[in-house]
Amino acid sequence: MSLRIEAAQLGHLLEVIRNAGYDLLGPTVRDGAIAIDRISQLSDLPQGITDEQEKGLYRLRTQASPSYFGFSAPAQTFRRFLQPPTQTIFWASRDTPGGPLRMRSGSNVDSKLAFIGVKACDLAAIGVHDVVFGCDPNPQRPAADPLIKDQLYGMRRENLLIIATECGQAGSTCFCASMNTGPEIEAGYDLRITEFVDGEHWMLIDAGSEQGDTLLSHLAGRPASEDDLTTREQLLERTRRSMGRSLDTRNLPQQLARSFDSPAWEDIAERCLSCANCTLSCPTCFCTDIEDATDITGRTAIRTQRWDSCFNKEISWLHGGQVRKSTASRYRQWLTHKLSTWHDQFGSSGCVGCGRCITWCPVGIDITEEAARLTAGTEASS
Amino acid sequence: MAVKKKLAVFKFASCDGCQLSILDLEDELLTLAQEITIANFAEASRAVLDGPYDLTLIEGSITTPHDFARIRELRDMSKFLVTIGACATAGGIQALRNFADVSEYTRLVYARPDYVETLHKSTPIAEHVPVDFELRGCPVNKHQLLEVISAFIADRKPNISSDSVCVECKRRGTVCIMVAKGTPCLGPLTHSGCNALCPTYDRGCFGCYGPQDNSSPAALTQYWQELGTDPQVMFRLLRNFNPATEPFRSESEKWAPKTPEQ
Repeated sequence: MSLRIEAAQLGHLLEVIRNAGYDLLGPTVRDGAIAIDRISQLSDLPQGITDEQEKGLYRLRTQASPSYFGFSAPAQTFRRFLQPPTQTIFWASRDTPGGPLRMRSGSNVDSKLAFIGVKACDLAAIGVHDVVFGCDPNPQRPAADPLIKDQLYGMRRENLLIIATECGQAGSTCFCASMNTGPEIEAGYDLRITEFVDGEHWMLIDAGSEQGDTLLSHLAGRPASEDDLTTREQLLERTRRSMGRSLDTRNLPQQLARSFDSPAWEDIAERCLSCANCTLSCPTCFCTDIEDATDITGRTAIRTQRWDSCFNKEISWLHGGQVRKSTASRYRQWLTHKLSTWHDQFGSSGCVGCGRCITWCPVGIDITEEAARLTAGTEASS
Repeated sequence: MAVKKKLAVFKFASCDGCQLSILDLEDELLTLAQEITIANFAEASRAVLDGPYDLTLIEGSITTPHDFARIRELRDMSKFLVTIGACATAGGIQALRNFADVSEYTRLVYARPDYVETLHKSTPIAEHVPVDFELRGCPVNKHQLLEVISAFIADRKPNISSDSVCVECKRRGTVCIMVAKGTPCLGPLTHSGCNALCPTYDRGCFGCYGPQDNSSPAALTQYWQELGTDPQVMFRLLRNFNPATEPFRSESEKWAPKTPEQ
């Protein structure tokens, strides 16, 4: 059942969540962008702030609307809180050369996280990661090939509280409607918020879990009317129509699988800096590197996991050298994994349509344009 | 306990800043001194032990004729030879001479230029002798330096990534200043190692660590133009601490000011 509340109730909700022992992580203005950081109260949210996004461009704008969630994909994703950029896997030490090893687990997961204001694209991305990290046995995947559960991810995920928000407008680099990940949010949340500014500033809140039900019971509001629900439908339809980008996904995996020798890859490579911004802005990219290091005494060793990217030189280093030396081969790996082979590996697309790779590419390479060009034929054009 | 390995530090044309990064390792310096024998390190001690050395760190570039013989001699007495910093690895900022007439400089600067024996180019160590590892930076990052020393002592590969500065910004959670603020930044073309120091403090990357492995600079300079960046600024960014290294060198040529003295 949906509850209709005054927008100001949101502050009370944050307080209730904080008092339940959660660390609040959500959108807030930092360094000229909406970042995902630790927040503590309603005033930390980017009220009245929206963003303008285009290829290689991001700018904040103030708007007359007092909405708290009136922006599109934030500069960062929630990935860093479930799979931190750097984490110690273990420590090993010994006092004397050849002596017994003492092992110690590196990262502790002792805090409960609450993600505030998770957009439809980012919620879908968490769903993708749940499959990748072996926490959700996706029925679309071959049962004979189960994925190993990532324990650190699993522990953080288990305690996670998700407060999702539906978008009242799409950004110009958004295409969640094409990827079937938005704008409506159907599942995977504890609470779902839809925000309205229409003379009044109000919200519809739905619970998607028992925890969500409990939280909802702390809020003062009234059951949503038929009109309220229709207003939501209309809002989502407007959002759907305002998508700045689209991607035709019919037969896309199959068509991309046939594009291996397309000259378009070399054309993209002339523009691509191989800087890895797309992969590290992406909410579903998950590649990491494992480093083993000894300290100067040789008595302590540390195994560290760090975010890596298919655009980096070392990631394809096998015995004898690099598999993917050229930028063309790296971009092809990234795009075809995201939109084609991801289906074979994880049973879904690896793209949720957030548009971050378009916005945060310093030279403005657009995945929707490149995919369309690759599937339209093999002719390279600029 | 095994015999302690011998570490030696030698310099060529450089400012000594990279060597000083060793002294900056305040917390680890005593342990380092316990674990290895420091056979030569002029910034810390007058004591000099004869080679051979297990690990020789070379700072500075080759700029004089007598450097040729000296670097070969050092190579011969070193099991491993590692270059530290932009000078030793890429010729350094003094490689700006590679684009100019050095004899004119010496005439202008020195009363008796005939006393000065100098080469027309500043070149990296690896152009003259085989190098086992090149640590980038102007100056090097002290944590990376410690990692390199620790790795060579332990006979393992150093964990030094060759990815871009952008990777470090993203790991740190620094918002891209080029996309969000329009600040020209050399980060996408530049080798990591500084932990994205400048962009994190709202300055564009200066390229201290030299080019990363797969960059296509023309795409970036085109973007800078779209941001309205002065070609002079673009020229200076590319011709900075690693001016003679490709692809910074050839891209900088495109933006060189058209002056008669050039």
